[in-house]
Amino acid sequence: MDALVSQLFAGLSLGSVLLLAALGLALTFGQMGVINMAHGEFMMAGAYTAFVVQGVIADAGVSLLASLVIGFVVGGLLGLLLEVTLISRMYKRPLDTLLVTFGVALVLQQLARDVFGAPNVDVRAPAFLSGAVQILGVGIPKTRLFILALALLCVLALSLLLKLSPLGRRIRATVQNRDLAETSGISTRATDRLTFFVGSGVAGVAGVALTLLGSVGPTLGTNYIVDAFLVVVVGGIGQLKGAVIAAFALGLLQAGFEYSTTASIAKVLLFVVIVAFLQVRPQGLVSVRTRSLA
Amino acid sequence: MLALTGVHVGYGRTSVVHGVDVEVADGGVTAIMGHNGAGKTTLLRAAVGLLPVRSGKVTLFGEDVSKLRPHQRVRRGLAYVPQGQQSFGQLTARENLQLVADGAGSAGASRMSDALDLFPALRDLLGRRAGLLSGGQRQQLAIARALLTGPRVLILDEPTEGIQPSVVQEIEDAIGTLSAAGLSVLLVEQHVGFALGAAGQYYVLESGRVTSSGAGGADQEADVRAAMAL
Repeated sequence: MDALVSQLFAGLSLGSVLLLAALGLALTFGQMGVINMAHGEFMMAGAYTAFVVQGVIADAGVSLLASLVIGFVVGGLLGLLLEVTLISRMYKRPLDTLLVTFGVALVLQQLARDVFGAPNVDVRAPAFLSGAVQILGVGIPKTRLFILALALLCVLALSLLLKLSPLGRRIRATVQNRDLAETSGISTRATDRLTFFVGSGVAGVAGVALTLLGSVGPTLGTNYIVDAFLVVVVGGIGQLKGAVIAAFALGLLQAGFEYSTTASIAKVLLFVVIVAFLQVRPQGLVSVRTRSLA
Repeated sequence: MLALTGVHVGYGRTSVVHGVDVEVADGGVTAIMGHNGAGKTTLLRAAVGLLPVRSGKVTLFGEDVSKLRPHQRVRRGLAYVPQGQQSFGQLTARENLQLVADGAGSAGASRMSDALDLFPALRDLLGRRAGLLSGGQRQQLAIARALLTGPRVLILDEPTEGIQPSVVQEIEDAIGTLSAAGLSVLLVEQHVGFALGAAGQYYVLESGRVTSSGAGGADQEADVRAAMAL
């Protein structure tokens, strides 16, 4: 029983990390179709932001909360810069986008090495997140609970933004039919930039959250980028709901496999499951049906 | 108003519209007629900015808007209802309208109720996803959405094509109401009888050139049919 609860929680926790990493991509890749390989580096930038902010604000609790906000802005601004300078010039060339953003990812990693040095740095977790909570007889680290809550909060905020705000309506309209959005008086360029800002900002938030789980290094993002893309593809393009289900499903599966084998074999098994799944359902878990194509 | 002067438009290496002059009269309906493939839709797409003009210019209220993006032209009073009853299928009918009302500021709410007064049938469908509406309902939604931009010139590309007959009359009546209220309408229409009946002025487009034009009116129908070789 204890083992089951603890694996279950390990899965949920892994799922929440995957979700945070994938949520921004669900916007920039899922909604806009941009393959941004530098998304992981925006997470890395968020993580280093937490490190820098902690250097300024000594109180770990205050600095964590400030970092979440500043990390969002830092990630968002990096995304905006990338969109305006490079991605906007190659919206119809996905392969070029992939290669260019991969290059940008390498540049950003080297930049982090030059600024912060090659060795990893640590961010102190606040006192109120140290220790564990006993749930069904199993000690669950508070940092993991915090990340789970943060991931759910981000999902809620993003779905409210998409569903209810004017920006959300503009994003959904632009994604569906760019020409029609333009002739409805919407600046699709401005919408693209804002979408990219928000999506990259969420990556920054994810990076801040990751500092609670381990140390921060220049390659922090590369560990998550493939998994994040997997979550969006398995979840189904264009729907946040799909990404949420996929993140937790993949997290639970991987934790389950890891329980019975090693971490590397678990990863292999996970990929096998995903490949098999996409054979049966290439459109992903959640797809959208309408009467018209538009 | 809206004027296209010596406009050339094309796709890739193909040229589709060759030096067309069209002027939309102030108030009233201007009709463009022509066979499939004559370049009508291409001309309209250039007028709203979805296609660049290769030479010539598009002026709106005396301002050269040839280099402006579509949304900038919309904000200057040009609205466009493309052919094919296009809507944002995954958004509800209400969201389709609200989307445009968002950009209209304080005028949004009153424009919304005006548009719904014109097509009362939409009121009961607001909560439904636009992709699940019928063709006729989607066309009414598309016209309502264009009206929410607060246009002074409204471009309609074959508004009654492929629509169930019961709704065609409603749409034709709505066009009459709008033009009577002072809105200038540029109408592309295959249905010669209706187009000429509504139009104060017409153009016939043939292989990308204007081959005939004149004052509208139902009595012109025989001449226009002859010009189009119908």
